[in-house]
Amino acid sequence: MLPVTPTDFTPLASLAGGVLIGVSAVLVMALFGRVAGIVGITAGAVTQDDRKWRIAFILGLIAAPVLWMLATGGFPAQTVSDNLPGMAIAGLLVGIGTALGSGCTSGHGVCGLARLSTRSLVAVLTFMVFAALTVFILRHGFGAGL
Amino acid sequence: MKALAGFAAGLLFGLGLIISGMSDPAKVLNFLDIFGEWDPSLAFVMGGATVTTYIGYRLAWRSAKPALMPDFDIPTRQDIDRPLLTGAALFGIGWGIGGFCPGPAWTALAMGAPGTLVFIATMLAGIALGRRL
Repeated sequence: MLPVTPTDFTPLASLAGGVLIGVSAVLVMALFGRVAGIVGITAGAVTQDDRKWRIAFILGLIAAPVLWMLATGGFPAQTVSDNLPGMAIAGLLVGIGTALGSGCTSGHGVCGLARLSTRSLVAVLTFMVFAALTVFILRHGFGAGL
Repeated sequence: MKALAGFAAGLLFGLGLIISGMSDPAKVLNFLDIFGEWDPSLAFVMGGATVTTYIGYRLAWRSAKPALMPDFDIPTRQDIDRPLLTGAALFGIGWGIGGFCPGPAWTALAMGAPGTLVFIATMLAGIALGRRL
């Protein structure tokens, strides 16, 4: 699906970025009293009465690489697959799955685990296992030729 | 005020995704490729984010209510039901195909890769569909 692009092991940058994500999640709780699940915020931007902060949050996410470019002179490194049918299927599965399962990497992952929610722990283990299996099949299994 | 605070929180989240490397699908897929080109970096993202959130939530919950809203609204369900498992499994498969989960997909939008635009469009359709199931 996506040609294998080697990436460097970056524990310090990844830890620092993770802490920033955590600070953002804490801000959302301290200011708005809600968990910072991206899918919940995305859906709530359309369906909830109090939608302004949710729309603004999504705009903040979208603006981040623009600010990054203004500060560093270039967009962040990124390799996105050009297989458009594959990306269409991926997006559809991510959308249906996170809506049905009430959360994604942030809602169940970061916020749910921080709340010590069993439901979120089960969700995280499930999507991690299925994601790793999918990558294994696409890169090393019968899907390697796709 | 709410909009400004929401924007700031979203910007911080997005910068966290970029600095951590999670905004790059190649890095995500390599994290998931345990038996191949394994890059364990994203475990540090999840660890840093979760521990920070764990501590910060407990500080935030010392207040009677959040700063800009009348009350806390925190998920209370604890049951493990079929939609949770089916949804998480479908999400995992999609994440493994594209290397995007919802946050990084939003963060990639402004860079305008065709794969990103297609992904976000079908993700939004999928969210609308999944909420009706």
